[in-house]
Amino acid sequence: MEKFTTLTSRAIPLAIENVDTDQIIPARFLKATDKQGFGGNVFRDWRFDKHGNINEDFSLNNPTYSGSILVAGDNFGCGSSREHAAWALVGYGFKVIVSSFFADIFKGNALNNGLLPVQVSEVFLKSLLQTVEAHPETNLEVNLENQTISISNSEVSESFDIDPYKKTCMINGYDDIDYLLSKKEQIEAFEAEKTY
Amino acid sequence: MGKTLFDKVWDTHVVDSVQNGPQILYIDKHLIHEVTSPQAFNELEARGIPVYRPNQIVATADHNTPTLNQDLPIKDELSRKQLEQLSANCAKNNITLYELGHKYNGIVHVMAPELGITQPGMTMVCGDSHTSTHGAFGTIAFGIGTSQVAQVFASQCLLLTKPKSLRVTVNGKLKNGVLPKDVILYIISKLGTNSGTGYFCEYAGDVFENMSMEGRMTVCNMSIEMGARGGMIAPDETTFEYVKGREFAPKGETFDKKVSYWKTLPTDDDAVFDKEYYFDAEDIEPMVTYGTNPGMGIKISESIPVDDNASFKKSLEYMNFEAGESLINKPINFVFIGSCTNSRIEDFRVAANFIKGKQKADNVTAWLVPGSKQVEAEIINEGLKDIFENAGFELRQPGCSACLAMNDDKIPQGEYCVSTSNRNFEGRQGQGSRTILASPLVAAATAVAGKIVDVTKDIETLELA
Ligand code: SF4
Repeated sequence: MEKFTTLTSRAIPLAIENVDTDQIIPARFLKATDKQGFGGNVFRDWRFDKHGNINEDFSLNNPTYSGSILVAGDNFGCGSSREHAAWALVGYGFKVIVSSFFADIFKGNALNNGLLPVQVSEVFLKSLLQTVEAHPETNLEVNLENQTISISNSEVSESFDIDPYKKTCMINGYDDIDYLLSKKEQIEAFEAEKTY
Repeated sequence: MGKTLFDKVWDTHVVDSVQNGPQILYIDKHLIHEVTSPQAFNELEARGIPVYRPNQIVATADHNTPTLNQDLPIKDELSRKQLEQLSANCAKNNITLYELGHKYNGIVHVMAPELGITQPGMTMVCGDSHTSTHGAFGTIAFGIGTSQVAQVFASQCLLLTKPKSLRVTVNGKLKNGVLPKDVILYIISKLGTNSGTGYFCEYAGDVFENMSMEGRMTVCNMSIEMGARGGMIAPDETTFEYVKGREFAPKGETFDKKVSYWKTLPTDDDAVFDKEYYFDAEDIEPMVTYGTNPGMGIKISESIPVDDNASFKKSLEYMNFEAGESLINKPINFVFIGSCTNSRIEDFRVAANFIKGKQKADNVTAWLVPGSKQVEAEIINEGLKDIFENAGFELRQPGCSACLAMNDDKIPQGEYCVSTSNRNFEGRQGQGSRTILASPLVAAATAVAGKIVDVTKDIETLELA
């Protein structure tokens, strides 16, 4: 997994609530057996119509927006547990998703792929969306060490929560498998003594 | 302070706790299928890590399988390869696989309970969010991502922060024709799609106590649709009766010992939940959804609410519905009875009892897709297949089918489908498709009428079982 410490980037707004993982990557693209190639189909049915024509109105297709931060509406990533959603977002180039609320499984999947979910207050989210929409050239700064997200060259900033263990993993690029394997003896002892 | 059912099961499975961090939770059973496992197998292989406890893993092919001509080679190349890869991975790692056509094959959340793999007091995971279904047995069961599938392969454990606790109590007597699906659609319509995020939910009260295991599975199945990682119902005689005698259930003395342990699991009277909700059974009616998330549900006799929120409007636009209108008499061309929510024998009995002696409307394409080979066999043995076919319905072979439309069972662009599945997301049943979630009764009634009808009208006289 790639390490994450800080990121300064422009952002793409997606002012839609309850974005489910079926929208992030529709089921018909889940037939692949590796993790590559999902980026090209992220938000497929919002980016393209049925005939494959580009939907110019959709923010990801709007050339005024760019960057590796996605600023999305409340309850992002609900629905299916498909990790393909995280792979698709990472594959497209996103490193940070900002929302006022994330669904549990998506949040875990994102963290396991070096994609940082930054949960902010609704008020802060609103101001981020407004700023990015009005001034697409604005940079956002995400600092994982200090757990802050700010609008560059401004006083606007908010801190965010992250599980301390997950934070260490993200900063060092570790994953849970390494940790669990280091606990093998304890796991074996647990199996031997199980009482239920 | 007393413990909840969830606490009891969770606490006995904690191997260790990371300082200031998550806990290591031991997983008893791991279910896998073709779509979310290949990348996990690849990961292990790339890192040279063996599968730690292959005998605690069970695999089935369900998401991507055809529901016609299952005995023939699969036409779609990518689908075929995905299934071949599952077979190869299972063979290589000594994992039991119920492949397409096997008498135990079926949707993962239908076949595991049916085989007695699911038992009270266990921890179970699967790379599928509706793993919450197994909570009906008093099991901690939840969906995981593919990275976590790899973690369980490697260590039979997961690193997790203990979720908070939530209890939904529904007391009273359900009206005739109000099915478990209506109960859960009602609860989600009241609580919204993220009220359960960060929580594990317990369902309590006489409504669930009086429910069959099939009904409890329908309810727990949709816990994820209110954001909860899982849902649970305390194991009782109904549970023990269901588990007893099944293929992989404990037998004889071991079973009796297990039952005495399972009886200690229900929530203590003095346990405290982080959040509680109460509902009255008499308030619930047959439900339908009108929008693009499962929380957008109304009683079938009600009208679509009016709301100024932009996402709400976008959703109605997608569905081509107007705020304030009723869904009754909306013409419907597709009906799907199936999915891990409603594809058990009880669901088909309800549908058959309604359909018996009637005819499917000409405009309707109706797909009946059993959840497993065993359900399919029961449908045939009980004579339900004849009832369906005489009424013009098509019984297909088991699988996830139109629930997620990964195979050929897709609802065409712009068409409405009254579906017994669990998600009405945009395009869930095929690009541009419009899904209305409902119970098997409402689905059957729609198929017969060719439009949505108010089943509450003759609800008292309906014969359902
Ligand atoms: S039936 Fe639908 S919800 Fe259930 S496991 Fe299959 S795809 Fe998932």
